[in-house]
Amino acid sequence: MEIEQLEKVASQVRRDIVRMVHGCQSGHPGGSLGCTEILVALYFEQMKINEENGKPVFDMNGEGEDLFFLSNGHISPVWYSVLAHKGYFPKEEMDTFRKLDSRLQGHPTTHEHLEGIRIASGSLGQGMSVAIGAALAKKLNKDPRTVFVLMGDGEQQEGQVWEAASFAPHHDVDNLIAMIDLNGQQIDGPTLKVMNNRDLGKKYEAFGWEVINIEEGNDMAAVVKGLYEAKSRLGHGRPIMILVHTGMGFGVDFMMGSHKWHGVAPNDEQLAAALGQLEETLGDY
Amino acid sequence: MKKYTFTEKKDTRSGFGAGMQVLGQQNPNVVALCADLVGSLKLEAFIKENPDRFVQCGISEANMIGVSAGLTIGGKIPFATTFANFATGRVYDQIRQSVAYSNKNVKICASHAGLTLGEDGATHQILEDLGMMKMLPGMTVINPCDYNQTKAATIAIADYEGPVYLRFGRPVIPVFTDADQVFEIGKAWMVNEGTDVSIFATGHMVWEAIQAGEQLEAEGINAEIINIHTIKPLDEEAILKSVSKTGCAVTAEEHNRLGGLGDSVAQVLIKNKLVPQEYVAVNDSFGESGTPAQLMEKYGLTAKDIVAAAKRAIERKNA
Repeated sequence: MEIEQLEKVASQVRRDIVRMVHGCQSGHPGGSLGCTEILVALYFEQMKINEENGKPVFDMNGEGEDLFFLSNGHISPVWYSVLAHKGYFPKEEMDTFRKLDSRLQGHPTTHEHLEGIRIASGSLGQGMSVAIGAALAKKLNKDPRTVFVLMGDGEQQEGQVWEAASFAPHHDVDNLIAMIDLNGQQIDGPTLKVMNNRDLGKKYEAFGWEVINIEEGNDMAAVVKGLYEAKSRLGHGRPIMILVHTGMGFGVDFMMGSHKWHGVAPNDEQLAAALGQLEETLGDY
Repeated sequence: MKKYTFTEKKDTRSGFGAGMQVLGQQNPNVVALCADLVGSLKLEAFIKENPDRFVQCGISEANMIGVSAGLTIGGKIPFATTFANFATGRVYDQIRQSVAYSNKNVKICASHAGLTLGEDGATHQILEDLGMMKMLPGMTVINPCDYNQTKAATIAIADYEGPVYLRFGRPVIPVFTDADQVFEIGKAWMVNEGTDVSIFATGHMVWEAIQAGEQLEAEGINAEIINIHTIKPLDEEAILKSVSKTGCAVTAEEHNRLGGLGDSVAQVLIKNKLVPQEYVAVNDSFGESGTPAQLMEKYGLTAKDIVAAAKRAIERKNA
């Protein structure tokens, strides 16, 4: 897909995010907005997905296709929107986000059999381990496809992340691309203040990973380029880590520049202001 | 009473290792994982014959659980192995979110459970694992009684769809069940039919219950002994059928009296048929260093404790 078209998708996804969160008055808009480019680029440009008649054909094992795992599950809104627009489920279902009996649970889960989801996430630090397991399964199955996993930067404070970080290079998991949403924010403030992550790139390199940076994590062209760069480095014995430098709340000016909008829903007025900044390109649900 | 004899003593963890060897030969989807304890988990044979299907995880159990969940995506059947305390308490949220709630076909195989872990002491002697695991929706919890049953259970869970917690132990104990038994998950195993008291035992306590039954018989008490190898799903029908006949119950487990087999049975009785029940279990304490035999004695988990409990139950029944 052309960059311009991808940007159009991103604009609609951003509208969906703020509407979903507003609709139930809860959820996590900040990180969702910040990760819009990376999720759109993955699903609409980078990932090979099994399709039939232009729609994804989803099954749990995902043989012969690329897999994506969302470890920082609280940014479910951006993932749900991308999955819906990709055709995994009807976009009208976004109206049920976080409501009783919905398949769109607050944090992603397999429990309600929502197409596109292969693991529950939300309690942090677990997704990369799961992604590694799926990558190992692909190797055992001689399936040459790639496994992607996205994590948060606050999430790097969970110990299990470092267990996984040791494991992947040790076991030559070189069909894995992990990504960190480096927005520098978490619930109690900037990550620098809450628990300084220091140089995550150097840390992952010391653990045996190949690290690349996407400095402009909200520039679609840069994100697309960065993903191709990462892809080109697979298959040489090391997993790839992409540090995606994003802005929390990107796309809605009053949601940017702080940690404030990590987990707060916009009220009616704020929603209207946000939608005023985001072009409706694919039709609101 | 039905006569049980043994010609050898073997550890249940070796039964697990033997079961894994069979699985390695028969089921190409089985993958074994371990957290730096392959000798203790008796995985050497499996690893030797299937080196490409063994994953060494190092001392990183949380990651091992996650990797196991991921391996099911692609159709593998992961057997994640370590000591029981590291396989449960240490990684509870990982099992809860990545395995149970995500309904992943992971088999958590936990050795050295209970007091009989012995000299390593309380930091390693998990007495809460049956409770923790049974409280997870969708988790199947199995505690087999001897080498042969552990081997059969290991093989059976590979064909069973859904997450499983399989618990076994360190010390050698009598081998008294058939080598060619058919292991039915969820089906209570009648050890000895009786009339005066129902003794529901699990794991290492089944042999103790058999010895208790012989002692009781000598005193004119005819005990029904049932092996509850599957704590969850619990064979409620078998439990109720038994107590309807006997009128009182004893539960015996190598576990805290809180939250284990005893409480599971109590819940069935309280909802359906109130009969006196006595617990043989650890009295809400941690363990300590000692030999397995000394510890079972000190913490009240021997045949004579089951005998005493049976008599108390009968007394309460007749009061």
